This record gives sequence, structure tokens and C-alpha cells, in this order.
Amino acid sequence: MRAIVMRIRAALAVIGIGLTLSACGYNTIPTLQEQAKARWSDVQNQYQRRADLIPNLVATVQGYAAQEKSVLTAVVEARAKATQVKVSVDDLTDPAKLKAFQDAQNQLSGALGRLLAVTENYPDLKSNANFLALQSQLEGTENRIAVARRDYIEAVRVYNTSLRTFPTVIWAKTFFTDAKPMAEFTANEGAEKPPTVKF
Amino acid sequence: MRGAPLRVYCAAIAAIVFCALSTFAFAFDFPPLTGRVVDQANIMTPQSRAAVETKLKDLEDKSSIQLVVATVKSLQGGDIETFANELFRYWKLGEAKKNNGVLLLVAPAEHKVRIEVGYGLEGTLTDALSSVIIQSAVLPRFKANDFSGGIQAGVDGIISVLSGDTADWQRKVAVRQDDSGSLFNLLFPLLFFGVFVFVFVQMVRTERGAPGRYVRRNGRTVFVPFPGGSWGGFGSSGWGGGSSGGGFDGGFSGGGGSSGGGGASGSW
Repeated sequence: MRAIVMRIRAALAVIGIGLTLSACGYNTIPTLQEQAKARWSDVQNQYQRRADLIPNLVATVQGYAAQEKSVLTAVVEARAKATQVKVSVDDLTDPAKLKAFQDAQNQLSGALGRLLAVTENYPDLKSNANFLALQSQLEGTENRIAVARRDYIEAVRVYNTSLRTFPTVIWAKTFFTDAKPMAEFTANEGAEKPPTVKF
Repeated sequence: MRGAPLRVYCAAIAAIVFCALSTFAFAFDFPPLTGRVVDQANIMTPQSRAAVETKLKDLEDKSSIQLVVATVKSLQGGDIETFANELFRYWKLGEAKKNNGVLLLVAPAEHKVRIEVGYGLEGTLTDALSSVIIQSAVLPRFKANDFSGGIQAGVDGIISVLSGDTADWQRKVAVRQDDSGSLFNLLFPLLFFGVFVFVFVQMVRTERGAPGRYVRRNGRTVFVPFPGGSWGGFGSSGWGGGSSGGGFDGGFSGGGGSSGGGGASGSW
């Protein structure tokens, strides 16, 4: 009889340990990791959205400013290059891959900026309703990219911090030894936004 | 031997830095959400404020969309896009599940205006439509220093887009769920619980063996805390949910919605 009571008590202790484990943040590292990955997907989605807008934009500009061939081809080429560089969520720990992604996107940002600067010389184009809509969509997308990047940087910061700070560092060193810090964006905000040209 | 205490100090300092950093979530000093119109810059006439408030309340009653108008004295050195996005998230406009909030932000000192759209309404109140509202309805009046008129026209424009075709936009509003509960997070407690039940059943069924044996069976040294021990003091890091900043007068508050930079800006 007493043995059974002891056994039940021991079982309760195991349950207690389990609850303590989660209370001490056993779930924290996987949760933060998943959150950072989700934020990365957002970043990639927004860049993809920008890439999807570009063919339409190029076609519209071409109708009015076909002679700006070099600028237009630069955008098309930069877009082709940028859409090829993808960083899967498992590659986020590799700073080199993230840098390649960022470089390709920056290249595209630069080419887009030059294209938008050129369009200033074509009043007909600037008053075209389709172009205005595209332009506002592009601006919105750039802004969403900035937000998504900010969210990703913040998520990575929280996750990386959890790998190094108490009490979560205990789990990082024991159960989640495969959890590596994720690479931050090398913050280069200026290059992300197309330069606004005013005359 | 001298290295060990040093490492402890480092860990303690890191923990303190972490605590300090986590309080810096918002870089700006935001006004409290005192109502549907927060006229911090004091540029609206009382009549137009009342008129706009009625319209905004009607909109929320009909469609549950939370549209809030804010005017601020200063953008505190930030650009209006960042400021609007962070203010939107600080106020948590719109329902948490639907993210159906909209913020019309006016910064008269910087001559900037922005419509910030919650995730859930991006498909309805698109960037292009927001831009058209700002360019055609708001800015001409702002240029003539008619802030009340501009804000009213902007609110009318937003409401007409949001409720233009009720039957149609009900379908179009894509609900973007927050990924607070991934499948793994949902299943993990169940898994844990299952393991406990299994262990419990095993132990009650075992005829022989001291109560400590099962602990060693896993091949891990498990520390058994005494009942009533001080383990409760640890507490996991702050996932305390959205503790919204208080100061809501008249029972109006954000519903937990968020935004990701949708909308459009303009300047005059």
C-alpha cells in the first residue's frame, strides 16, 4: 500500500519536473527560432512582391520612354538576378548567403532608383494613371520591406539573445546544441529605398 | 579557478543587458489612445472632431473595422512610415485575428500625412487606393490649411473604399492570422502530457523497484525538486501577451491588430 503511494508521489514529481521545464523556458528557444524564421519568410515575400511588380512597371515605362533602353535592361537584369538568390530558413545561420541575398536585392534597388529618376523626364508617363498606381504600389512594397526587415532583425536579436542569456542558455547548451545564432542583416537601410529625386 | 566567477559575472551582466534591451521595443513616445480621434496637434475644430468620431463609430459598429485618426505634434525625428507603423502596433488597432485596423496619421509640423493599413485590409484598401485618397481628397485641403476638411474628406474616402461594395468586400478581406501558434507549439504540450501519462501508468503498474529507478532509465540525471521548493521563482522570459498601454478613456481601446507597412503617405 505504501509502495503505491510512493509511486504515485514519484509520478507526480515527474509531472512537476515537466511543468518546471516549460516554466523555465524549455519552449522559448524553439518558439523564438520559429518566429525568426517566419519573419524571414515575410522579408522574402515582400521582396518577391516587389519583383512581381517590376515587369508591369517596366512595360509601362517602355511605352513612354523606350529610348531609355540601358536603364530598363539594367532593371530587368537586376530583377532576374535578385529572384535567383533565395535564402531558405535553414540557411539563416549563414551570413554569406544572407549577404548574397542582400547584395542582389540592393542591386535591384539601385537599378529601380535610376529608373524612377529617369521617369521624371517624361511628363506624359508621370500623369499616366497606371504608372501612378504602380508607383504607389512600389512605394508601399518598399515600405513593407522595411517593416519586414525591422521585424526580422528584432526577432533574430531576441532569438540570438536567448541563446546567450540565462535561463534559456541552459537549454541552448543542453537540449538545443544545434540551435545556432542567426545572421543579422548588415543594416544598410539607405540602399534599400530608391532615391527620391525632386526637381 | 579564477575564471569561473568571472563567467558568472558575465552571464549576470548579459542578463541585465537583455532585460534593458527588451524594454526598448518602441523608439517613440506615443500619445495614449484616448478615443477614435486623437488630436494631439490640436488642428481640428470640435465640430469636425465630433462628426468624424461619429463616422468612425458607425464604421466599427457596422463592419468591426477600427479606423482611428491621429494628429501628432512631432514625428520625433523619424519618418512618417516608421512612426505610423509603430504607433499602429502600439495602439493595436483592429481585431487581433482579423487585423482590420486603419490609422490616418497627420503630422502638421512635418507636413506629412499617412494612411497605415492593417494586414487584414491590405487587399481592400490597397496602397494605390490609399495614395489616391491622400492625393485627391486630403492634400488639396491641407495645402489650403483646412485640416479639419482634409481629415474629414480622407475619412470619407477610406470609409467609402472599405464599405464600397459590402457583399464583395466581405469576401475580399483576406484574414491574415498571426502565427502565434505554430503546429509544433500546439502539439508539443500534448506530446509532453502524453509522456507523463505514459510514465505515470508505467510506474503505477510496476511491481518492483524503488521510486527513483525510472528517473535513471532515461539515461539522464534528472534533478528532482522538493515539493514547495523555490523553482517557481525562475519564470520564463516575458511572453506575457500584449499588455496594452493603459489610459483608455471611454472604454475605447485597440483590439490587438497589427500592420506591416501597408498604405500610402503624402506630403504638402
